[in-house]
Amino acid sequence: MPDDSELTATRASSQLLADQVPGLAALDELVVSRQSETLESDDILVRKPLGLLFWFAIGWVGLVILLALIANLLPLPNPDFQNYAAINAPPSLHHLLGTDELGRDLLSRLIFGARVSLVVGFGSVLIGMVVGGTLGLVSGYKGGRLDVVLNAGSFVLLAFPAIVAVIAIVAFWGQSLLKITLIIGIASIPVLYRVVRASSLSFANRDFVTAAKTMGAGSTRVVFREILPNVVPAAVTFGLIAVATVIVLEGSLAFLGLSVPLPTPSWGNMIAEGSSNNNLQVNPYIMMWPVLAMFLLLLSINLIGDRLRQRFDIREGLL
Amino acid sequence: MIKYFIRRLLQLVVVAFIISVLVFLLVHLLPGDPSVIILGPNDTAHNRAVLFQQLGLNKPLVQQYFTWLTAVFHGNLGQSYLNHESVRHIISTGWPIDLELIIISQVIAFGVAIPLALVTARRPNQPFDNVATTGTFGMLALPPFVIAPILVAVFAVGLHWFPATGYVPFSQEPGTNLHDMILPSLAITAGSIAVYYRLFRSDLISTLQEDFITMARSKGMSSRRIMWRHAFRPSSFSLLAAAGVNIGALIAGTFIVEYLFALNGLGFSLVAAVNQRDYLVVQGITLVVAIVYVVLQFIIDFVFTLVDPRVTRG
Repeated sequence: MPDDSELTATRASSQLLADQVPGLAALDELVVSRQSETLESDDILVRKPLGLLFWFAIGWVGLVILLALIANLLPLPNPDFQNYAAINAPPSLHHLLGTDELGRDLLSRLIFGARVSLVVGFGSVLIGMVVGGTLGLVSGYKGGRLDVVLNAGSFVLLAFPAIVAVIAIVAFWGQSLLKITLIIGIASIPVLYRVVRASSLSFANRDFVTAAKTMGAGSTRVVFREILPNVVPAAVTFGLIAVATVIVLEGSLAFLGLSVPLPTPSWGNMIAEGSSNNNLQVNPYIMMWPVLAMFLLLLSINLIGDRLRQRFDIREGLL
Repeated sequence: MIKYFIRRLLQLVVVAFIISVLVFLLVHLLPGDPSVIILGPNDTAHNRAVLFQQLGLNKPLVQQYFTWLTAVFHGNLGQSYLNHESVRHIISTGWPIDLELIIISQVIAFGVAIPLALVTARRPNQPFDNVATTGTFGMLALPPFVIAPILVAVFAVGLHWFPATGYVPFSQEPGTNLHDMILPSLAITAGSIAVYYRLFRSDLISTLQEDFITMARSKGMSSRRIMWRHAFRPSSFSLLAAAGVNIGALIAGTFIVEYLFALNGLGFSLVAAVNQRDYLVVQGITLVVAIVYVVLQFIIDFVFTLVDPRVTRG
């Protein structure tokens, strides 16, 4: 799955490491793409087919999103409804995935729980992308003092271990869905800023940009009409990887009981519930379904990201 | 070299300063003021006035910050309002557990990833390489909170090989301690193996295409010797960088397994403190973990300059 030829770039990052935190500097390498060379020579890009697995991955992510969206319309019991007549029931026609130790339907909890992962995953990356992406576009193109300040600022913020920062803020501010999304969204700004900035920087001095400037296009026009469209592939690819990372972060918080509070189901708190007390002995299904769903979701998002990266020929660097 | 070191050290100081300000402000951005937290149920007008006097909460914020910082430098991070245990004590009993988890997991991760990459990089895209590469791709989708319950279900509940919970300090019973720590350490290892293996393998492959390797081959040097003597070092730089970046993920991992295995480490104490709204404990642990994290980054960065002298010529 990785392309071997591509990764020579990682070692070239040693220069960049001079000033900066190791590894983080390699973020700048991430996006230095070979596009520039291939597009200028008149080679036709030989494209590898995306493959069957890619479409399976798209299918799974699509299915999870769809089910989460129409969860209210599905003939499911309320995810919090405790049916004491069917405690720890194995999978059956009534309860397709069985029930938990309180008699709650596991399929219903799984589908409603997907909402939390998806809202936090996509919502916070959207926030990070809009804010961090815009700053990155402008600071990569403009350079100068703004770029120096933002760049240094992003390194300071990245010096914080994300989980500790998020736990601390959640502790002091509260743990509603909106707050969690906002907190993680803000925490994701510096990374996404760096990715977009690196990409924007690599296009800032290209001929078509110079041409646009010569024809009298203003900065705003150049940034949004010339640079933005070229930055999109890298932004989308790393946005996807960021979504997977955020889903893991939210899952970890939920597992620790620090995400959206109970009884609202989320995959993370379902896994925690399934592995607490003696649920693992009595009813391993409670833990198994969300573990499986989470694994497949992360695997799918990683796979989609990986294939898109190959397709757009973006270098992986160190993430 | 020395100039570079000093510049990095200055950056470290600046980052540490900003962290301390942010962590200090956390408590002060709360609705109300810290007295509400510290007094808890004893929040009477009289107590409040005394406390304000004691803590200097009536002084300007900047002055409060420096008072707090001075106390921190003297090792005084305040105390838990629940049981009046000092935060310093909580941290000093907790950190060995985190450190041990991280060390064991990293020994396993490097022990698996490096030999595996050395084998597969010699014959890329052969069946064994494909299995290893696909397998590690799957491991990327197994964060600790997903894999830890599976490990417990299989090895503790099912096979009874390891205990599901329990901790004995290494200094008391090293054997039992290591036995108890294997399962929690394994749970945070999967991600590291995947990242290290994939990175090292692709770096080895690209190193093996360089001219000096062809040169060594044409001199008749054996494959094994080429791998260890010529390819290993130039391929290991990004591995080192990845280990640095990975520390953040490892910290998150230790929080998860400490919670699941009831190990009384920093993560366990932090989560318990958050749930009990024990704010000074949260503040203290956050500060210490963040500072240790940036200092580790700094050290790894410095090790970089020793392994790869090109770095300082930036």
